[in-house]
Amino acid sequence: MAMCLAIPAKVVSVEGDEAQVDFGEGVLRDVNVTLVEAKVGEYVLVHAGYAIQVLSEEEAVETLRLWNEVLEAEAEIRKR
Amino acid sequence: MIQNLRFRDAALAKRVSEKINKIAPKENAAKICHVCGTHEWTITHFGLRSLLPSTVEVIAGPGCPVCIVPASEIDEAVQLALKGIVVTCFGDVLRVPGSRMSLLDAKADGADVYVVYSVHDAVKMAERQPNKDFVFFAVGFETTAPSTAVEILNKPPENLSFLVSHRLIPPAMKLLVEMEDLSLNGFIAPGHVSTIIGLEPYRIFPMRYGVPTVVAGFEPLDVLFGVYMILKQLNDGNPLLENEYVRAVHWEGNVKAKKLMQRFFAVVDGRWRGLGTIPASKFKLRNEYAACDAHLKYGVKVEHGVDLQPGCRCHLVIIGKIKPTECPLFMKTCTPQKPVGACMVSSEGTCRIWAKTN
Repeated sequence: MAMCLAIPAKVVSVEGDEAQVDFGEGVLRDVNVTLVEAKVGEYVLVHAGYAIQVLSEEEAVETLRLWNEVLEAEAEIRKR
Repeated sequence: MIQNLRFRDAALAKRVSEKINKIAPKENAAKICHVCGTHEWTITHFGLRSLLPSTVEVIAGPGCPVCIVPASEIDEAVQLALKGIVVTCFGDVLRVPGSRMSLLDAKADGADVYVVYSVHDAVKMAERQPNKDFVFFAVGFETTAPSTAVEILNKPPENLSFLVSHRLIPPAMKLLVEMEDLSLNGFIAPGHVSTIIGLEPYRIFPMRYGVPTVVAGFEPLDVLFGVYMILKQLNDGNPLLENEYVRAVHWEGNVKAKKLMQRFFAVVDGRWRGLGTIPASKFKLRNEYAACDAHLKYGVKVEHGVDLQPGCRCHLVIIGKIKPTECPLFMKTCTPQKPVGACMVSSEGTCRIWAKTN
């Protein structure tokens, strides 16, 4: 496995420090969630069996909006 | 799903690359360095370099955690394995060359060496076989170190100890930025290390060294935007610390993980393969947890190892001074099937990534 790799997964259930997550491959896997406050339905980044951060869907959407804004601003200037 | 949002949108990537081409320097090339194997994978796999103008060079720094483990520490793990202790490690570590042999060679000689997916697997193995001694070879940057800390917090079984080899990224970036002949113009900071340590440790790069620094995620668009943000800062003559990977990285990082690392590990000087000793760049178990420290438990300490086999240029590849293709051994005597240097071993090693893609 690649050691800097962290893969997003959806939290399906949480029990104490353990959670079942879905990597989108249809198989549920157990990961350790000691390091994060993960709630069911949220996405976490999983690295070597441990969730290391909760992913923000809002921020993901916001990032894309900002990128588009940057690109559009440029187009606007060109039009003028 | 989050990962299916448009972070791989080809049309958007084309527009970003047009923008990059527009603001790229016309004469003096901008040299941008990333320090993460996964960034190198994204860049190489998606052919992002081909989208950049000739005046923008993206080079790979020491971002592969197993490539930088010095031979002396592989030798220590090999010694333990040959002593009859069960050594557990991540798969990437298995074939990293030591001075004389790798852990895989030791295994071939009959030693008990096992690959685990996570440190917790090592704990479970040790619990299942209480009459055997186990060691977990704890390699990895700040992304991985918290998981070792969690298992020590949970009081591992007495027959399991840790050969801690964790390294810290910001001190290595400091080494690179201070190398005059490398003359970097920007840093793409590693996204996943940053989920743990946050942004603060990178402040010195724009502030003290005037080097634009952008934390970026691992989708192709993340990297392209990271490059764009750095070029924009260079154009404006205003070096900043910016965060492109806001969906995963916060200013303070993962506070709980940072506290755990601080509780269990002390920061000491550490050797990096091919780079020499970098001040304050390595974790060592604090004295209170000596019972978990394989170095102390088994009295194993190798001071000097052979980091580079004859002809190997990993020490230049690892700081981006040469491309893998400029090493005379690349894909001749050094291949993924039979690696000579550490950069060809791990799936995050620059040579291995280039070998698989080119």
